[in-house]
Parts: sequence; C-alpha cells; structure tokens
Amino acid sequence: MTPARLRLAFIVAAVAALEILCRTGIIPLITMIAPSAMVRALYEVLASGKFNRDIAATLANVSASIAAAMLVGVALGTALQGLGAVRRVLDPLFATWYAIPIYAFYPLLIVILGLGELPQIAIGFLLAVMAVILNTLNGLDRVPPVLLKAARSHRLGALATAFKVRLPCAAPYLFAGFRLAVAYSFIGVIGAEFITSSRGIGYEISYAYNNFDNRVMYAMILFILALVVAVNMSLHVWELRLLARRQR
Amino acid sequence: MKWRDPLLLVVALLLLWEALYLVIGDVALRSPLATVRSLGTLLADPAFAPHVRETLLAFAQAFVIAVVVGLALGVSLGAAPLAGEAAEPVLVALYSLPKITLYPVILLVFGIGMPAKVAFGAIHGIVPIALFAMNAIRNIPAIHLKSAQALKLTRFATARAVLVPAALPEIVTGVRVGFSLALIGTILGEMFGSQRGLGYLLIQAMSLHDIDRILALTLLLVLFAAAVGALLLALDRRLHFRT
Repeated sequence: MTPARLRLAFIVAAVAALEILCRTGIIPLITMIAPSAMVRALYEVLASGKFNRDIAATLANVSASIAAAMLVGVALGTALQGLGAVRRVLDPLFATWYAIPIYAFYPLLIVILGLGELPQIAIGFLLAVMAVILNTLNGLDRVPPVLLKAARSHRLGALATAFKVRLPCAAPYLFAGFRLAVAYSFIGVIGAEFITSSRGIGYEISYAYNNFDNRVMYAMILFILALVVAVNMSLHVWELRLLARRQR
Repeated sequence: MKWRDPLLLVVALLLLWEALYLVIGDVALRSPLATVRSLGTLLADPAFAPHVRETLLAFAQAFVIAVVVGLALGVSLGAAPLAGEAAEPVLVALYSLPKITLYPVILLVFGIGMPAKVAFGAIHGIVPIALFAMNAIRNIPAIHLKSAQALKLTRFATARAVLVPAALPEIVTGVRVGFSLALIGTILGEMFGSQRGLGYLLIQAMSLHDIDRILALTLLLVLFAAAVGALLLALDRRLHFRT
C-alpha cells in the first residue's frame, strides 16, 4: 500500500465514521451536521452567491498580506544578512516572535490603521513576515562562497549580486518562506476577521455561530478547510517541480 | 559582554515604543512608563489574581495535553515509516489551517468554560510537537540503531541510550513552538468563550476601548511569553550545540 492510498483510506474512513455518528444521532444535530449535509449546504451557499463579497474580501486581504510579507521580508532579510551586528542584536526578537500573542495588538492596529481592511492585513503581515525573514536569512547563509567570489571577479555591484547570484541561489528557501507566508496570512487575516470585522469569511463564521445557523457555519468552515488544503497541495506540487528542475 | 546585545534590543524596543507614542498620542497608545504603572495597579488589584490563575491553569493543562499527545503521535508515526509518510501532509495541512475557524465546533462540543479553552490551546500545540517529534525519530541514522542491536541492548536501554539523546534536540524545538501556539490558543479561547481569564479581560477591555488595560494585559502576556520562550530557546540551543 502506498502512503497516498493509506492517507486516502484514512480520510475516507474518518469522514464515513463522522457521517454515521451524525446520521444515527450519536452526535446531536445542534453540535454538528453530517459531512454530506455540509457539502450540500456549501453548494447552496456558494450557488446563492450571498457570500461572494466576503470571499472576495478575504482573498484580497490574504493576497495583500502575502505580497507585503514577501516584499518586506525578502528585502529585510537581504539587508540584515550583510549587517552581522544588527542581526545578532535582533536574534532574540526573531526567536521569540511567534510566542508573542499578535492578536493582542489588534485594538492598537484598529486605532492606528482605522476600521477598514488594513488591520486584518496587518495581522496577517506581522505573522507572515517573520517566516519570510528567517527563511531568507537561512537561504542566503547557504550561498556557496565560490559564487560570491565569481560575482566579485565579474565586478557585480551589491544590488546586482543580490538579484543575479544570492537570491536565485537561495530560491528553495525563499519558496519555503512563501509557503509559510501563505499559511500565516490565512491564519492572521481570518483570525482578525473573527475578532472584529464587518465582513470576510471569518466574520461570517462567527456571525452564523452567534445566530445558531449551523448549516451556514459548517458550510463556511468546510470552505476554508478545502481552500487551505487545496492551496497547500498546489504549492507543494509546484515546489517539487521547481526542485526537480534545479537538480537536472 | 554577554548581556550587551539583549540589553541593546530592550532599549531599542522601548525607544521605538516611546517614539510611536509621541507620534500616535493618547488615542491609541500609552507611553512605556504609563503602561508599566497601569500594569502595577492591575497586579495590585485583588480581583485580578483569579483571572491570572484561571489562565495559567487552563494553559498548563493545554500544554501538558499538547506535549503528551503530540509526543505520542509523533514518536509512533516516526517509528512507522508508512503511516508517517501518509500522515505528514495531513499534519502540515492542519498546521496551516486557521484553527480559529474550528473554534465554534469546539464550543459546541465542550460548551463554554474551562474544557473548551484547554481543548483549543491543546489543538494548537499538538501538531507542531508531533511534526518535530516525527522528524526527530525519522532522522536518527540507521547505523545508531544497528550498533545498539549489535551491542544487544534491551529495548529500554536502546531508548535510553540511543533514541532519546538523538531525538531530544529536535523534540525540544517542537515543544518550544508548541508552547507558543498553545499559549496563543488558550488566550484566543478565552477571548471568545469564557467569562474568566486574561483573554476574557482583553476582549472586554477591547470592547470598552480601555487602552490602559489593553496595553497592560498585552505587556504582561508578551513578557510571560518572551521569558518562557527565551528559557526554552536557551535549552534548545544548548542541546543543539552539544556534541
């Protein structure tokens, strides 16, 4: 049995068990609706189009957070790699960054950035950017010295060296940073929508929960689950393809 | 000399905070000094202690569950290559899922109160601990196990002399990540489904726009997280650089 088949069998068995538990009433209807009912509810919700605005808002915020984290993270990482002393001082901050409950800064961000989309994007960005910085540093640390020597003997400037030699060489690490940035942006943006926001997928889930609307709630939870898994899998496949090309 | 760099960092962060305060002003921020003072009044308030105890109790339970379940899951998946390979993408997907979307489900299952917070903190911590433990066991060189076999070590002796020392550094890294996430999970749990604890106080202060209290609570949480995080990091580094 291949791992992929074992995984599929496990997931199918788990979903089937959940379906049986719900259908027989062992899990009461007010706690969870059956998986088949979730799929139907999701289809109805998506077909009705009433959450299109929320889905578009969430996806736009997540994309903005990813883009900002990649730009700022790679730039900061590249700059810091040349500044050994600054990096040493900042190191404890980097290492404890994910122990800081970022959501606690949400009220502050609302007052600074206003009640629009920016606070949500900022939360996603703050979570994502550190993963990008750390992966950029990690990748740049592993650029073979001989390549840098070659760049020097071709008299490339600092910027040209960064764009032509160092960053391309660190590409696999940058991609790992990108994958984490995607995951953290989803976590940050949807979490922030959950706390206080007036639209977005996270908001709709918490709204449905507060109104005991289990069908809509489970439909949207299923939507997020499917979306995140699909994005992750496609990035994984893309990564494998990139790595295979490098090895040729 | 050892203390110069961390000291520099703290001073830089305080200066940044003060500068931000000068720019933004009293609408959303307080100066570092004022925040420390309001944290002082908060800590002196006898009504505050039960909330701290509640959060610590919930977090301790969540963390213990996360470590025990995470290690059991990770070690057994690491020891069974087929199951481990099948489970890894599922665990990675769970790790990158915004677990907050699952919070309503947890509340519906456990009801409002202590068990829901503990469960929410625990599910945040389990996955990273399991992933790190699985990789730690997997990466033990086969030759180590073979020499244990050649020396006819018993199963227990193999675990004590080979498996644990080889896997421990990675496991500690996982526990460190799991610690942070379990703490955030517990606080988030308190924010939405609880009438007690620091997370509850935080969301209450947020809705009342009580900036003094928001900042004092945030400072307390950050100090706690950073202190334990730094301790675990020191342990982590020591284990990784030991030869």
